[in-house]
Amino acid sequence: MMPDQQPPTRRNILNYFLGTGALASLGAILYPITRFMIPPRIVESAASSVVAAKVAEIKPNSGKVFKFGSKPAILVQTPTGEYHAFDAVCTHLDCTVQYRPEERLIWCACHNGRYDLTGKNISGPPPRPLEEFKVNVRGDEIVVSRG
Amino acid sequence: MAAGKSKWGDWLEERTGWRLVQELIEHKDVPRHRHSFWYYFGGMTLFLFAVQVCTGILLLLYYRPSAEAAFESVQFIMTEVQFGWLIRSVHSWSANLMIAAAFVHMFSALFLRSFRRPRELTWVSGSLLLFLSLAFGFSGYLLPWNKLAFFATKVGTDIAGVVPLIGPFLLRFLRGGDEVTGATLTRFFGFHVAILPAVTTALLSIHLYLVQKHGMSVPPSVDPEKAPRMRFIPDFLLRDLVGWLAAIALLAGLAAIFPWELGEKADPFAPAPAGIKPEWYFVFMFQTLKYIPAKILTIDGELLGIMFFSILGLLLVITPWLSPAQRPAEKRGWLPVVGVLVIVYIAVLSAMAYLT
Amino acid sequence: MWQQLLLLMVLNPAQAQAAPRPVESTCVRCHQDLDGSLLEPVKLRTQDIHFQKGLSCHNCHGGDPAIGIETGGPEDSMNPRKGFTGRPSRRQIAALCAICHSQIETMRKFNPQARVDQYAEYLTSVHGKKNQAGDPNVATCSDCHGAHGVRAVKDANSPVYAPNVAATCGRCHADAKLMSSYRIPTNQAEQYGKSVHGEALMKNRDLAAPTCNSCHGNHGAAPPGVDSVANVCGQCHAMQWDMFGKSAHKKAFEEQKLPACATCHQNHLIERTSDAMIGNEEPALCPACHEQGSAGYLAARLMKSRIAGLEARLAAAGQILQRAARAGMEVSNPIYKLSEGRDRLIHARVEVHMFNPAAMQKTLSEGESIAADSEQSGQKALADLAYRRAGLAVSAVILLCMIGLLLLKIRRLRA
Repeated sequence: MMPDQQPPTRRNILNYFLGTGALASLGAILYPITRFMIPPRIVESAASSVVAAKVAEIKPNSGKVFKFGSKPAILVQTPTGEYHAFDAVCTHLDCTVQYRPEERLIWCACHNGRYDLTGKNISGPPPRPLEEFKVNVRGDEIVVSRG
Repeated sequence: MAAGKSKWGDWLEERTGWRLVQELIEHKDVPRHRHSFWYYFGGMTLFLFAVQVCTGILLLLYYRPSAEAAFESVQFIMTEVQFGWLIRSVHSWSANLMIAAAFVHMFSALFLRSFRRPRELTWVSGSLLLFLSLAFGFSGYLLPWNKLAFFATKVGTDIAGVVPLIGPFLLRFLRGGDEVTGATLTRFFGFHVAILPAVTTALLSIHLYLVQKHGMSVPPSVDPEKAPRMRFIPDFLLRDLVGWLAAIALLAGLAAIFPWELGEKADPFAPAPAGIKPEWYFVFMFQTLKYIPAKILTIDGELLGIMFFSILGLLLVITPWLSPAQRPAEKRGWLPVVGVLVIVYIAVLSAMAYLT
Repeated sequence: MWQQLLLLMVLNPAQAQAAPRPVESTCVRCHQDLDGSLLEPVKLRTQDIHFQKGLSCHNCHGGDPAIGIETGGPEDSMNPRKGFTGRPSRRQIAALCAICHSQIETMRKFNPQARVDQYAEYLTSVHGKKNQAGDPNVATCSDCHGAHGVRAVKDANSPVYAPNVAATCGRCHADAKLMSSYRIPTNQAEQYGKSVHGEALMKNRDLAAPTCNSCHGNHGAAPPGVDSVANVCGQCHAMQWDMFGKSAHKKAFEEQKLPACATCHQNHLIERTSDAMIGNEEPALCPACHEQGSAGYLAARLMKSRIAGLEARLAAAGQILQRAARAGMEVSNPIYKLSEGRDRLIHARVEVHMFNPAAMQKTLSEGESIAADSEQSGQKALADLAYRRAGLAVSAVILLCMIGLLLLKIRRLRA
C-alpha cells in the first residue's frame, strides 16, 4: 500500500520527459567527449617520425620508398649494412627517386639524375642534394625521423 | 527546494556556508519589459566561452605547439582522434559565435544605456573582456600553423609595429623575435591557453560579481520600481537553457556540415597567397587601412588608421562618462545614433572586403 | 702572315701572368677620352674576364703599354714595330684567341681544368671552314663571346650563358636575309622558344634543359647526323632511349633513315607530349606509317585505350577524393596513395616507347589497382561523412525535443 501515491498529472509526465530528455542531451554531449579522450589506435602523427620498415624487410644493397608526412621518402641499406634515409622527391622536377642496386646509388627515372649514398647529386639535371633523415633501429623496426 | 533541510545540505553548510549563495540565487530576479530579450546575450556569451574552455582543454590533450608538429597534430585530431573533427570544428565555430554574441551584448548594453551609474565599472570590465576575446581569436588563429594563419599573423603583427614609440618593441614582444617563426607559435600558445585565460578569469569574475551586485539594468523608458519581475530560477534560467541548447545544436550542425578547414602547412619561405584576410571580426579594420592613402599631410596613413581605431577603443571603454548621466527618457540623445553609425560602418566595410 | 709572327713574338704566352690586379695601360688612358667604337672597349673592360685576370689591351693587340701621353704619342705606343696589330680581320680572330686558349701551359695558370681544343673543333665546323675560306658572315669567337667585355660562360649576363644561347645563335640563324645565301631555315630559334626545353630553360631557369649547343655542339657546331642527335636525347631521357633501342622501331627507323626521336617528337619544336600522339585518330602519329588494320595499327589502338582507361579511372578516384576533401573530410593519405597511381600512369606512357602493348601490362594493372583502392577510400570517406550527418541528425532531434520540452515547461510555469 502506498498512501502517498498520486495519480500521474500532466506536470509529472512533463517533468519525467524533461528528466529523460536532459539525460539524453547530456549523453549526446558526453559521448563524443569521452570517446575523444580515449587514445586512438595510431598514437602519434607520422609526420616527424615513422616506422619505415622492419629489419627483415630490407636486404643489403636495396631500398624502399615509404610515406613520410605527406611526401615520399626512401630508405636504403648499403652493401656494407648501413641504413640511410632521404627525401625521395627529386630536386629537379619532383619525380620520386628509386634505389639502383646495380649502380649502388639513387636514381631518378624521369631525366636520368643520380645521387650518391650521401644524397649528393652527382650526375644529370638535379641541382641540389637530397635532404637526409635520421635512421634508428628500434628492436626489429627501422625508425626514420627528421633531424 | 523542499521545506525541510537535508542532512547533506547541513553538513555542507557547516563547512562551506553555501546556503548564502543558494539564497542569493533563489531571490535573484530579472525585470521583464519590451527589451528584456537582450538580457540573454550576456549569458550566451558566457556559455559560448564555457564551450571554448571545454573544447580547448580537450584539444590540449593532442595539440603540439611547435612549428614542426602543430599542423600535423591538428591534422591528427581531424583524422585519427575519435570525434576530433567535431571538437576542433566546434572550437573554431564557437570562437566566432562567441565574439558575435559579445558584440551583440555590447551593442545592446550601449543602446539600452546599461552603463549608467552605478554600472560604469561593469561596462569598463565588459569592454576589456571584448578586447580580450579579440586577442583570444587572434592568438588562437595561428595555432594550426597553416598558410592563411601564418600570413594573417604576419600582417597583423606588422600593423602592431607601426604604433608610435612602442611599436617595434610591441612587434618583437608579440612575435618572440623579428619575424613570425616557431617562437611566435609557442608564444601565442602561451598567451592563448595561460595568460589570456588568467586575465579573463579575473575580469570575468569582477564583471559577474558586479552584475549580481547591481542586478539587471532597465532601459531609461522603464520605471525600475514598477517593472514586473521574473524569477531567475526557474523562469529565466530555463529560457537561457533553451538558447544554450539551440547554440549546441547550431554548433554541431556547423561542425558536421561546414567543417573548419585545415588548409596547407605554413611555409615561411613561400610567397604570400593572394587575398589574405584576417578573421571577420578584424576585417572592417583591415579594409579601412587599405582605403587610407599612404600619406595624409606627411603623417603615415597606416599610423593614422591605427590611431583612429585606438581612439575608438578608448572611447568605447569610457562611454559611461561620455554622455550626460541625467537625461529625460524621451530624448534619445546622440549616443544611439553613433552606435548605429558604428554598426553600419562595420557592416559596410566588412561587406566590401568580401565582395571586392 | 708576318703580322702573325710578330704577334707570336709579342704575345709570348709565358708573359701572361695570373696577376690578381689589372695592369694600368696607357691605351685606356688615351682611349677613355675618345668616343664611339674607340671608347667602347674601355667602357667594357671592367666586365671583361681577361681584364679581371690581369691582362690588358696590349696582350691581344700588341703595342707598348708603357708609352703614354707624356713619353710619346700613339705612333709610338701603337707602333707595328712594337708588335701592334690593331684590329684583327675576321679571318684572324680565331687564331688570335687560340694563341692562349689552345695552349694548356698558358691556360693552366688561370684555370687548370680549362679545355684547349676549342680552336681545333672550330676549324672542323661549318663556321670555321667558311670563316677560313674568307666568308665574312659566319660566326667566329667574338661573335658569340664578345670581343671586349668577355664574360665567363657561367656569368648570367654572358651571351653564351645557357638561357641566352638560343638568342645568341638566333642573331644570325633567325635572320632571313643573312641565311638566304646558305639556304638554311630560320625558324629554329622561334620554334625552340616555344618548345618544352625552351620553356624549361628560358622561363623556368632549369639549367639542365638543353639548348642549341647541347645537340649541335659548341665550337665544332655542325648539323648533326640523323644518328647522333638521338644519342643526346638519351642522356636525359634514358628510359625512353633504352626502350626504343629494344623495340621494333629501332631497326625499322634505321632502315628508312628516319631520325630516332625527332621523327615523332620533332627537333626544335619539341612540344609537351600528350596521349593524343598515339592511337589511330588525328592528331596521332602512328597512322603515318601503320596502315589501317595492320599489326602496328591495332597495337597503337590497344596502347591508347589502355592508357586512356587508366587515366580515366585515376581521374574518377581523384574526383571522389576531392569531393570528400571539399566536404571537410581529411583524405590526405588516400590522395598521397593516388599520386603513386599517377606515377604508374607516367611510367606507362614512357613504356609506350617499347611499342608493345603486352609489355605495358604490369605497370597498367598496378596503376589500376591503386585507382581502385583510392576510389574505395574516397567512398569510405563519403560514407563517414554520411555517418556524421546521421549522428548530427540524431543529436539535433534530441536537442530539439529537449528545447520543445523546455518551452512547454516554461509555458506551464508561467500559467
